[in-house]
Amino acid sequence: MSIITTNNLHKIYDETIVPVYAVNGISLEFDKGEFTAIIGPSGCGKTTLLNLIGGLDQPTKGEVIIDGTNITQLKQTEIIDFRLKNIGFVFQAYNLIPVLTAKENIEFIMQLQGIPKKDRDKRVIDLLEAVGLKDRMNNRPSELSGGQQQRVAVARALASKPKFVLADEPTANLDSKSTNNLLDIMLKLNEVEGTTFIFSTHDSRVMQRAHRLISLEDGKVQQDQKIK
Amino acid sequence: MNTILKMAWRNIWRNKRRTILMMLSIFIAVVLSLFTRSMQKGTYANMIANTVKLSTGYIQIHKKGYWDNKSINETFVETTKLRNLLSGDKNLTLTLPRLESFALASSGKHTKGAVIIGTNPKLEDSLNHYSKKIIKGKYFKSNDKAVLVSDKLAEFLQLSVDDTLVLIGQGYHGITAAAKYPIKGIFHFPIPQLDNQLILMPLKESQYFYAAPNRITSISLMLNNPGNEDKTIIMLRGKLGNNYEVMPWQDMNREMVQAIESDNVGGIIMIAILYMVIGFGVFGTVMMMTMERRKEFAIMIAVGMKKTKLLTMVVWETVFIGIVAILAGLLVTYPLLLYLFYHPIPLTGDLASYMIAFGAEPILPFSLEPNIFIIQTISVIIISIIAVLYPLSVLLRFNVLKAMRS
Repeated sequence: MSIITTNNLHKIYDETIVPVYAVNGISLEFDKGEFTAIIGPSGCGKTTLLNLIGGLDQPTKGEVIIDGTNITQLKQTEIIDFRLKNIGFVFQAYNLIPVLTAKENIEFIMQLQGIPKKDRDKRVIDLLEAVGLKDRMNNRPSELSGGQQQRVAVARALASKPKFVLADEPTANLDSKSTNNLLDIMLKLNEVEGTTFIFSTHDSRVMQRAHRLISLEDGKVQQDQKIK
Repeated sequence: MNTILKMAWRNIWRNKRRTILMMLSIFIAVVLSLFTRSMQKGTYANMIANTVKLSTGYIQIHKKGYWDNKSINETFVETTKLRNLLSGDKNLTLTLPRLESFALASSGKHTKGAVIIGTNPKLEDSLNHYSKKIIKGKYFKSNDKAVLVSDKLAEFLQLSVDDTLVLIGQGYHGITAAAKYPIKGIFHFPIPQLDNQLILMPLKESQYFYAAPNRITSISLMLNNPGNEDKTIIMLRGKLGNNYEVMPWQDMNREMVQAIESDNVGGIIMIAILYMVIGFGVFGTVMMMTMERRKEFAIMIAVGMKKTKLLTMVVWETVFIGIVAILAGLLVTYPLLLYLFYHPIPLTGDLASYMIAFGAEPILPFSLEPNIFIIQTISVIIISIIAVLYPLSVLLRFNVLKAMRS
């Protein structure tokens, strides 16, 4: 059963001068528990597609339906609330809150959701164990390596048990050891918690381990291939 | 909320030097403002206390219409009922009946207009310490049939102690008031204008002189707590009815009140300028703190933090800076002002002589009026609120995607 559906999604920039079709009529469906990589050359529309699915950007045309909700019709405040409850984000540059420790960064989303402290503490410890950073829980992002920060970012994205996680080139700034480590963790969480992962990448190591590969070019889907 | 507060507190220390500089600028503004305002208010209070003591008292009771027409005919009888009413009020520390009028003072070929004050020697002395101002002769008693003459007037009339002074004036209801009095003492009054024309005599004798037995022109009241002046006036007006006028010292010393008000406004303007300069500094810093964290704000909103919460965090950042600065300012300034309140700075030289001449103590007094501290705190809060307007406007127009790309 699909949890995300995009219908004839368009994102056109500079419509009045020379229109740039960042996303040009993409219709896709994502099922629960998928581990999908969106691939393609730079400028093909990977990040724009993720931003549209994540409700960070408004499409020029078309719609994004998540679990029955057309998020393109939600108001600004509603979309923030919707993201908080349904979507986890992992960014290329980690983007952890610099003044919070690893533990506090993971806990932050749950606090915004109003989850009781007792439940938060348990979830944080579980996630820190899952990403192998329990011993660094009291370190701030500046005291962690890039790989460690990205693992915290993954844990943060999963903290609130979202319907799916969007990861924009999560391994772009990591070395191969950290990349493999992160992929192991993401795959494990995908299997254990059933979390849906959709990420953009042009890293071949990621592509090799994805369960579904969607290839984009000039804002259009070139190939949609299920591997497992 | 805890996390918001924690983040706000930690955020302000991300750039320690900048935060400390900002706090220091507010701290200096607070210290300077408290110091100058305390000095100004202390000086005003001292001026008021001196004026109140030397002339009017905090409150005066007259017959209705006396203040506009200061005539011996506008007198009233100090009845037992009136005396009982005043003695029953715990806020009144002193009630001093006086009979004030004018007369020509003459000796030989010299004549001059004089102000005659008939008063109770003991009560008058407890207020104005005339006995300490006697430079020749002795202070008078209530049953004396003699007068005290001010220094310059005595000099003009070429009189000294035990000489006879002739007084001619108009008594109650047109009766001629004329009498000869021996001079019991000569006093120096610190206000030159009055030192030229002041004559004191016992109340009973002045009532006899003006043919106004038991009549007085005013009752001056001194208060235990001047802060309760308005309450006391309302109470007295209610109880005394329409035949009397109950006037506060402010109405009887309008020139001084205006002088204080204009000086006060000058002080407020100076402090407002100081706070404006500081305010721009704080605003600039908060603007920088907002600009350089646009991406961070975008991420927070992207992961689900509401703009209102984000704004709350930014408000707390400014509030923390303000609180730390103002607390430091108060902690440093209060003990200093407390010391200066009990140990005013003594003045020396010409300024001291000038103040002594006007009957004021040659000191620079300080005030600990709570308002001084409250207003500085409110000023810093207002600066913080204004400083937060920029992040507020940024967050209201915030484009998450643009900020994330920045």
